Amino acid sequence: MNPWLQAILYVVAAPVVGGLLAGWDRRVSARMQSRRGPPILQPFYDVLKLWQKQNLAVCFSQNYYVLLFLLLVIFTGALFFAGADLLLVIFALTTASIFFVLGAYKASSPYSFIGAERELIQIMAYEPMVLLTAIGMYITTKTFYVHGIASHHGLLVLALPGVFLGFVFALEIKFRKSPFDLSCSHHAHQELVRGITTEFSGRTLAMIEVAHWYESVFLLGWVYLFFASSPVLGVVMALVVYAFVVLVDNVFARLKWQAALGSAWAVTAVLGFGNIMVLSLLR
Amino acid sequence: MYGPKQSPWILHYDASSCNGCDIETLACLTPIFDVERIGVLNTGNPKHADIFLVTGAVNEQSKGVILNLYRQLPDPKVVVAVGACAASGGIFRDCYNISGGVDSIVPVDVYVPGCAARPEAIIDGVVKALAVMEEKYKQMQLQKEPA
Amino acid sequence: MTLVLALVLVPLLAGLVLLCLRAELPRRITVVTVTAAVCAGSIALACQPAPMVLGELPVSRHGIHLGMMAAEALMGLYILWVGARARQYLIVALMLAQAAVMGWFACLPGAEAAAGQALFVDKFSMIMALINGIVGGGICLYALGYMREYHTEAHRDIPDRRPFFFAVMFIFVGTMFGLVFADDLTWLFFFWEITTLCSFLLIGYTQTGEARKNALRALVMNLAGGLTFALAIVWFYRDAHSLSLQTLIHSGRAVALLPAALLCFAGITKAAQCPFSSWLLGAMVAPTPVSALLHSSTMVKAGVYLILRLAPVITGTTVGLMVALVGGVTFLLGSLAAITTPEAKRVLAYSTVANLGLVVLCGGIGTYEAVWAGVLLIIFHAVAKCLLFLCVGVVEHKLHSRNIEDMSGLILYMPRVAVMMLIGMAGMSLAPFGMLISKWAALRAVVDAYPMLSFFIVFGSSATLFFWVKWMGKLVEVVQPQRRVVKEISLDESVALYVLSLATFLACLLFPLLSKRFIEPYVAGVYGQSGFLGHGNTIIMVIMMVLVMLFPLSFLSRGRGVTLADPYLGGANIQGSPRFTGSGGTIETMTMHNYYMGGVLNEVWLSRVAVAGGAVMLALMLIFATL
Repeated sequence: MNPWLQAILYVVAAPVVGGLLAGWDRRVSARMQSRRGPPILQPFYDVLKLWQKQNLAVCFSQNYYVLLFLLLVIFTGALFFAGADLLLVIFALTTASIFFVLGAYKASSPYSFIGAERELIQIMAYEPMVLLTAIGMYITTKTFYVHGIASHHGLLVLALPGVFLGFVFALEIKFRKSPFDLSCSHHAHQELVRGITTEFSGRTLAMIEVAHWYESVFLLGWVYLFFASSPVLGVVMALVVYAFVVLVDNVFARLKWQAALGSAWAVTAVLGFGNIMVLSLLR
Repeated sequence: MYGPKQSPWILHYDASSCNGCDIETLACLTPIFDVERIGVLNTGNPKHADIFLVTGAVNEQSKGVILNLYRQLPDPKVVVAVGACAASGGIFRDCYNISGGVDSIVPVDVYVPGCAARPEAIIDGVVKALAVMEEKYKQMQLQKEPA
Repeated sequence: MTLVLALVLVPLLAGLVLLCLRAELPRRITVVTVTAAVCAGSIALACQPAPMVLGELPVSRHGIHLGMMAAEALMGLYILWVGARARQYLIVALMLAQAAVMGWFACLPGAEAAAGQALFVDKFSMIMALINGIVGGGICLYALGYMREYHTEAHRDIPDRRPFFFAVMFIFVGTMFGLVFADDLTWLFFFWEITTLCSFLLIGYTQTGEARKNALRALVMNLAGGLTFALAIVWFYRDAHSLSLQTLIHSGRAVALLPAALLCFAGITKAAQCPFSSWLLGAMVAPTPVSALLHSSTMVKAGVYLILRLAPVITGTTVGLMVALVGGVTFLLGSLAAITTPEAKRVLAYSTVANLGLVVLCGGIGTYEAVWAGVLLIIFHAVAKCLLFLCVGVVEHKLHSRNIEDMSGLILYMPRVAVMMLIGMAGMSLAPFGMLISKWAALRAVVDAYPMLSFFIVFGSSATLFFWVKWMGKLVEVVQPQRRVVKEISLDESVALYVLSLATFLACLLFPLLSKRFIEPYVAGVYGQSGFLGHGNTIIMVIMMVLVMLFPLSFLSRGRGVTLADPYLGGANIQGSPRFTGSGGTIETMTMHNYYMGGVLNEVWLSRVAVAGGAVMLALMLIFATL
C-alpha cells in the first residue's frame, strides 16, 4: 500500500481505534473489580465533554506545548505506519514526550512538577529498551525501515524473544499503567493528584487524551511488527499484549521511581542485551 | 449533543463533615452501586471536574478552600450539596465555628438530603445535576454565539 | 598559502599586541577587528577546493624548525619551573621525559629531511577552522563584555590581568589554526603543547588556591598526553622515516598501529576522557570564556580531531575497540554524573566530556559511517555547547549564582537569554536538531560494527535527556509571575550570543548542505564511501523542523480562549500568588526542586568507576598496540 495512504489512514482511524481500546480497558478493569463499568464509547464522551469545557490554565503558553505534543505524536505514528526509519520514529516520539513534559513544567504547580519529573524518569526508564528493540530488529532484518521490517520473512519474535519481553515491560511504562503509573494515572486520584496532567483542562486535556490514543495505536502497531509475517497473528498478539498490560495494571500497586527505573534498566540489560549478545554470537 | 451528560467528573470535597456522607459517596464507586456506569469519575483535581460535590457544613478553614476550588473548576460547573450539614448546617447549624451550609459561600444547584445521605439519593442528585449542567451548557453556547 | 598562514599568524600577533594594550578602547578595537578578520578568513578558506594545493612556505623550513625548538625549550623550562615551584614532581618528571625524547629525536640524523609538506588542508581541516574562527571569534568578542563585568562588578578581588587574558586567548586561537592545518607531526606537537600551556595559564587566571590546583592537574594530565605524543613521533619516524600525519594514516597497520595508539592516548588526555576527566571538571573555576573556548568548543576538540583523523588506522583492531570503549564508558558515566549536580557549569562540563566520549566512540569504531557521525557531532556540539556556556556566564553575572535551581523563571526575567539557552539545549538533545541526527548516525555506525557497544549509547542518551529537560523545565517554569528588573547585557555579549544562536540554528537547518559540501567528501576521500542522511530522512527532518517551528508561532494567539487560574494546591491557595495557607494558619510559599537522584547516583562513586574503567581500557589498548 502507498505509504502516504497508510499514514493518512492512521491519522484518521487511530483516534477511533485508540478510544475503543481505552474504553475496552476501562470496561475490562471494571469487570475485574466485579463492577459493570462504563460503556465502551465512554472515552469519546469524555473527550467530547472536555472539548466543550472552559479552558483554565495557570499560564496560557502551557497549552501550546500540549498542542505540539499532539502534533508530534500524530507525526510519529504517521511516520511509523508510512514505513519510515524506526530510529527517527523513536526520536520523534521522544521529542513529543519532551514537549508534554515541558508543558507540565510551564504549568508551575507542585503536582504537575512532580508529574513532569517522574515522566522524565519514565522516559529515561523505557528509552533504552525502545532503542534496543529497534536495534534488535535491525540486526535481524538488516534494515531500520519499518516497511522493510514488516516484509521480513519469518516471525521476528522467534529471533528476538528477550527483546520482545523487554519491550512488553517497557510498554507497561509507556502506557502509564501500574506498577509504573508514576506520572499520571487514570484511576482515582492518588498522592500526586493528576500528576503531569493536573493543570490542564478543557480542550488541552482532550488533546492529551487523544494523543495518548494515537500513541497506543502506534505502540500496538510496533507489537504487530514482531509478528508481521503472519498478519492475523500480529493483530491477535497486539490485542493480547494490551490485555496483558491491563491485567498487570489491575494486579499491581504503584512502584517508587527508584524501583521503576532500576527494574526497567535491569530488564533492558539482561533480557534485551542478552538477546542481542546471543544474536551477535550466532552470526 | 453527546458529551456533558455522559461524562460527569466529580470533585469530592469534605468541608467539615463527620465523614458519614463521604463514606456513602465513596460507596457509590463500589461494585454494588458502580456509578462509573454513567461515566462518573472521581477526580481529585478541580480543573478536571464538572461537578463539585461538597459534604459537611462550612467552617472558617473550609471557606477559603471552597472558594479556591470553586474558582478552579472550569465552566460549566454544578455544585451538589450532599447531606443535611452541607444543605443548611444540619445539627451543627448553631455552633460558633459553623457559618452555615455550602450555599452561604457558593451557589448550590442540587441539594441531596439525608444524614447520612444514602448512595441512591446521591446518585439521584448527580443525575439531577447533569440536567442542570445541560442547561448551563446551552446557556454557555448561546453566550458564545454573538461573539 | 597566504590565507592559511594568515589564519595562524594574525591571531598570534594580535595576542602579542594585546599583551601591551592596557586601555579598554584599543583593546576593543583590536579584538573586534581581529575577530572579524578571523571569521572572514575561515569562511574564505572554506570556499576553497580541497585538499588545498599549498605553495611554498615563505620562510625556510630549517628556520621555522629552529624557532619551534627554541620556543619549545622555553616552554619546557617554564613548565619545569612551575612544577618545581609547586612541588609537583610528576610535572617535572613528565616534562623532563618529554624533553629527553624530543631531544634524542632532534639529534637523530635526517630528521629534518624526512619532513614532507608541513601543512595539509582538507575538508576536515576546513570544518575545524570554521569552528575555530566563528565560535572562537565569537567567544573572544563575548569575553570583552564579560571580563569587563567580571573585574568591575562580580569579582573585584581578582587582580585585573585582562591584557594577559586576551593575549593568551588570541595566541590560543592562532595555535588551534596551526594545529588543524599541520601535517608535520613535530609541528602538530608544537601547537599541541602550546594549547596545553594556554590551558594551564588560563585555568590559573584567577590565581586562587583552587585555580592553581586545577591548573596544575590539567597540566599533569596533558603533559602525560604530550609524552605519549612525543613517543609516537619517535616510534613512527624510526619505522617509517616520515613525519607526515597523512603518511601515518595511509601506512599499513604493522607500521602505524603503535604510533596511532600513542596518539590516541594523547587525544584522550586532551579530550578529558576517562580516566582523565577530572581536569576538565576542575577547569570550570576559570572565567566562562575560557570554559567555552578551551574546554568545550576548541581545545578539547583537538583531541577528538586527532582520534578521528587516525580512525582509518585503528578501525577493526583491538586498539580501536579499546578506544571506543573508553569513549563509551565516558559517555555513559558522564551523562549519569550530569544528573547529580545542580551547578550549571559542572553539568555543562560533564555533558562536554560525555559528548566527546561519543565522538571518541565513533573514532574508535572508525568505519566510514562512524567518522561521518563523529564529524557531525563535533560541529553541533561545538556550536551548541559554546552557546550554553556563554549564556550561563551571562546568567551567572546577573543572578550571582551558578545553581540551576536559582534559574527558575528565567524566561520571564531574562527572556532573550533564556530563549537562547533553550535553543542551545534543544540543539543538544531534541530532534530534529543536530545532536539528535548525530546520535542517530552514531547509533547506526555502532550497530553495524559492534552491536554490543550500543549499550553505552542507549543508556547514556536516556540519561542526557533527563538532565537537559529538567534544566529546560526550570527555565520555563514561572512561580513568581511578577517581573523583576534585570540589567541588560553588554553589546559585546549580546552580539556574540545572537551570532552563536543563529549559528546553532543554521547549523541544524543547513546540515545537509554541510554534510554534502564538507563531511561526505572528506569521509569518501578517506574510505571510498560516506555515511549520509538520505533524501527521505532529510524530508522527514524538515517536516519535523516545520512542526517544531509552530511552537513559537502559536504564541501569536496570545492565549485567546484561555482563562487564567491558580495552580492546584489542595485549595489552600492565597489567590494570585505562589503562597498557600499551611497548617496552623501559617503562610508558606511553594518551592519546586529538581530531582538530582542523590540516593541512587553518587558523583564520587561514578568518577571512581570511570577512572578505574578508563585506566584498564587504556592499559589494554597500549598492550594490544605493542602485540
